Amino acid sequence: MLGLNNKDTLLLIIVAAITLLAPFILNPFPTQSAMAQFNAGYPDLMQRFVIFGIFAIGFNILFGLTGYLSFGHAAFLGVGSYSAVWMFKLLSMNVIPAILLAMLISGLFAVLIGFVSLRRSGIYFSILTLAFAQMSFNLAYSVLTPITNGETGLQLTLNDPRILGQVTTAEGSIPVTSLFGLEMRSTYEMIFGPWSFQFNAGYYLCAIIMLLSFYIAIRIFRSPFGMMLRAIKSNQTRMSYTGLNPRPYTLAAFVISGMYAGLAGGLMASMDPLAGAERMQWTASGEVVLMTILGGAGTLIGPILGAGFIKYFENIFSKINDNILHSWFAFMPDGFENALVAIVHPFVGKGWHLTLGILFMLVVVFLPGGLVEAGQRVAKLFRRRKSEKTSDESAQSKPAE
Amino acid sequence: MDAIILQILNGLDKGSAYALIALGLTLIFGTLGVVNFAHGALFMIGAFCAVTLSRILTLSFETVDPTQTDFLGQPLKVKTTYIEAWFGPEFGGAMIDWAVPLAILFAIPIMIAVGFIMERGLIKHFYKRPHADQILVTFGLAIVLQEIIKAFYGANPIPTPAPAAFKGSFDFGVLLGFEANAIIYPYWRLVYFAFAAIIIGGVFAFLQFTTFGMVVRAGMADRETVGILGINIDKRFTIMFGLAAAVAGLAGVMYAPINSPNYHMGMDFLVLSFVVVVVGGMGSLPGAVAAGFLLGILESFASMNQVKSIFPGIDQIIIYLVAIIILLTRPRGLLGRKGVMED
Amino acid sequence: MTRTNFTRRGVLRTGAVAGAGVALPTIFTASSAAAYTNEPTGGTVTLGFNVPQTGPYADEGADELRAYELAVEHLNGGGDGGLLNTFSSKALKGNGILGKKIEYVTGDTQTKSDAARASARSMIEKDGAIMITGGSSSGVAVAVQDLCQSAGVIFMAGLTHSNDTTGKDKKANGFRHFFNAYMSGAALAPVLAAQYGTDRKAYHLTADYTWGWTQEESIVAATEALGWETVNTVLTPLAATDFSSYIAPVLNSGADVLVLNHYGGNMVNSLTNAVQFGLREKIINNKNFEIVVPLYSRLMARGAGENVKGILGSTNWHWSLQDEASKAFVKSFGTKYGFPPSQAAQTCYAQTLLYADACERAGTFNPCGIAEALEGFEFDGLGNGPTLYRAEDHQCFKDVLVVRGKENPTSEFDVLEVVEVTPRAQVEYAHDHPMFAGGNLGSCNPGA
Repeated sequence: MLGLNNKDTLLLIIVAAITLLAPFILNPFPTQSAMAQFNAGYPDLMQRFVIFGIFAIGFNILFGLTGYLSFGHAAFLGVGSYSAVWMFKLLSMNVIPAILLAMLISGLFAVLIGFVSLRRSGIYFSILTLAFAQMSFNLAYSVLTPITNGETGLQLTLNDPRILGQVTTAEGSIPVTSLFGLEMRSTYEMIFGPWSFQFNAGYYLCAIIMLLSFYIAIRIFRSPFGMMLRAIKSNQTRMSYTGLNPRPYTLAAFVISGMYAGLAGGLMASMDPLAGAERMQWTASGEVVLMTILGGAGTLIGPILGAGFIKYFENIFSKINDNILHSWFAFMPDGFENALVAIVHPFVGKGWHLTLGILFMLVVVFLPGGLVEAGQRVAKLFRRRKSEKTSDESAQSKPAE
Repeated sequence: MDAIILQILNGLDKGSAYALIALGLTLIFGTLGVVNFAHGALFMIGAFCAVTLSRILTLSFETVDPTQTDFLGQPLKVKTTYIEAWFGPEFGGAMIDWAVPLAILFAIPIMIAVGFIMERGLIKHFYKRPHADQILVTFGLAIVLQEIIKAFYGANPIPTPAPAAFKGSFDFGVLLGFEANAIIYPYWRLVYFAFAAIIIGGVFAFLQFTTFGMVVRAGMADRETVGILGINIDKRFTIMFGLAAAVAGLAGVMYAPINSPNYHMGMDFLVLSFVVVVVGGMGSLPGAVAAGFLLGILESFASMNQVKSIFPGIDQIIIYLVAIIILLTRPRGLLGRKGVMED
Repeated sequence: MTRTNFTRRGVLRTGAVAGAGVALPTIFTASSAAAYTNEPTGGTVTLGFNVPQTGPYADEGADELRAYELAVEHLNGGGDGGLLNTFSSKALKGNGILGKKIEYVTGDTQTKSDAARASARSMIEKDGAIMITGGSSSGVAVAVQDLCQSAGVIFMAGLTHSNDTTGKDKKANGFRHFFNAYMSGAALAPVLAAQYGTDRKAYHLTADYTWGWTQEESIVAATEALGWETVNTVLTPLAATDFSSYIAPVLNSGADVLVLNHYGGNMVNSLTNAVQFGLREKIINNKNFEIVVPLYSRLMARGAGENVKGILGSTNWHWSLQDEASKAFVKSFGTKYGFPPSQAAQTCYAQTLLYADACERAGTFNPCGIAEALEGFEFDGLGNGPTLYRAEDHQCFKDVLVVRGKENPTSEFDVLEVVEVTPRAQVEYAHDHPMFAGGNLGSCNPGA
């Protein structure tokens, strides 16, 4: 289907089903229960999952296939966000031109940075990309403030021209981002017994774009171009001896992945029209590297898993405070309750970094292939059990009279 | 002229911090081939060795002073340190005053132990793993180390002053025939520079003139062959890791009086130290040191008002700009070896 | 097989009973049933405390959180009642807000505008928070204020000192109790002139981002008005940790005062470096060289240790104040946590009480009603003396403290001493003052 083999089609269908049903899947606990803290099915976080998914998918096209480790990919995300917000300020609140401009500008940036950085390989390439990104961040934070609004981040004001859209709404506030009138923040809330599920227009736009990006990524992975990129990873010298110049291929991969990052940045600004300079800092670049490795570099689904994993901890664990801990363990005797709270306390709330750090180490030590490997192991376990079962059955059926 | 001399001094001082951190990093990264994102954390732990020692020395007991009141209006509890109570305010006070230099002795065994544990417990298993995995595991470790320090010491910087004898500054200008106050430089920063020179010299001498160093250098060049010759290179690499940790830690101890240590100081230096190592050239110790001083001096020059008035904001990006220029003109940095971490 | 079927049916039945007639769609846009965003329907109301819990301002954030917890306790009728007893408005009864018990959620701003907005959005979208408050930097405050405006909830700013928060980035749904850079300048300049004379040459080092610039602008204007000369203003990168190369040229510039427009970690490092260079022992132009830190944070100043001794600066509030309200607050806070509150804690506590009080007086949680109740509100008894929440820009006007690093501290909290309480009249300015121009409050947005 769609030019994919059976396995990839299945993967795409599974991913599509999960993303489209995410409002249900991510909200498994009734709203009033103590476990509702772990619900992630609210618009902001769901949007973040898929947007960072797009970012990581794009990063993986470069890193997973060619092995070139860019440590400055967040620069493209930031550039995309800034272009999108400028579009909202100058043109209209429609997200389509903003996203297109975001991809275009970040693509141009990627051509420039890629052209220079790809003259070197290995660690030298990583440091070059890092240097470009850090320069962008530092300048955006200070000297370029007229364009980027520095520390605060670029945001909309009531004085923006918005030549094709309205400057202010009838009530006198800043208009909201929309897709031809469909407001990105509009949410349909479905209440089912004690559960409540939120269906957000912006999320579904992001989800559909992510599925498209995912589909394109699969096609790239399976194409002759993808094969060429893998060849660069395995042995660049041999490739050049066969008369192929690897540079155009790596540059193409770099630009594609930069545009993915720009797309993610544009979407981020479309969901919440603010572009902060921190989006370009090395920590942000490092985050996408971590997402990809954590999920499983070079695999199709890994980066999305990694993105979801990190964003989940950042947004859910950081909000668990002592009050909530006490309410969880309230059913226990006082001494036990306090002891348990004291044990869990360092790992939640302000300690969410610690939990994340420990999990990074555990994953990389025990699952060398990232989270994808965990899935594979579980699958293998099931398969083995199944095959054992069938062999048992056959063994049982054999000793017939 | 005096402004330029002043900025050279500043550059040498910044450069010594960069060079010390890069030296340790390049031992691990440029030679063992491990991308160690926890190296900044080692520097931070070193600084907190100084904080810890000064905390230990100032452990104190409380006596109630009824003449004064605390913020709640209750009688004030006055703290007296045990050290001063035992050894008298003179000797005890001097020990507290000299906490940072004393912390060098305290930090060496701790840092070597930390290095050994890290290498044996974790890094050892990652020599053959892809660099990506090394990044993930060492970054995770760095976060964990940071958070542990934060849990004990909080997020705010902790003042760790230099001994009173090194307070104040030295007037170079008078020495060179300028007028007074033209070139003054703090004593402790001069001490830091001298200290860095000694450590760097020591590490080079150790690798150059001892059998151990010779074997390690051989191992860096060709680990397999050295292994085939029946030399236990693994053990020596562990010791190298301990050494690198100690160098980073000592850089941190001595840095504590310059800027009050906080738990994220390692991350602030991390990216910079990678840039320094790579600009110096992978696998080259002299390269790392040279790049450290070069970037330190250029950074200082970039922050001069005369330069900033021509290129506004140049001091924000100078390090990265120089890194790009060097890497584009010299493919393997200043003194890099061919084939190290190039794929 | 039968067993699973049974369970499933059971679940469906309970679901149907519990949700009888529930599946009502709510859309958070114009055509919604609720009158405003997150209208509280049950017996509780949820507030969102969005403070830095990781990163360099984590300790300040932790202190803010303590103040919020204390405020919630007092508003719900617990503890010793704190400032409910001294507050000039008597609308609060200690039974929550409008009879609803206060619950709260917490989040981590990481001192990044992106993360702060994500955290605030999750409070609004997931937890149903009706008000967001907190933060320890102006960038975050402006970004979150903007979010709250478009989401239709009230934002009660925490620690934010930039003129822009209630200047060019002011918003109808946002309110600031903390003072600002202009007020620092207006309060500090006369004290500087009195202490150091009017014939001084100042050299400014300024953190290179929006807060730094507004502070530099304010201090330069205020000191020059009193006769000082500004020799040079130098921008320093935010990421800088070692300021030696910026401080070294100061002595040769002919300046005899160094003004450090830095906050937090930057301030600790630049002040430490300046003292290392021995600036304070020098005599320039026949005058003692002086250093000024216009915005002090006691929590952070501790990091500079002995170096703060004798250094002048300004602060929003200090625990050593002797008015009844400040004493009551220090007592409640100190008894509960064992150490005195910071200025960030005080502003956050006051903001929570002001919000609750405005709800009571307006008789609603509707942001427009609350905004109306806060605009032009005159009150006293929260520390800082008689205070006005100005309607035109949602900025509080109150006394400002000029403080000095204490020479002989008696404890680790005893870092600063109050030099002068600058009366409110002296720090007031017109709402269309050029330093605050360019913004537009807009109209209040109740969301929904």
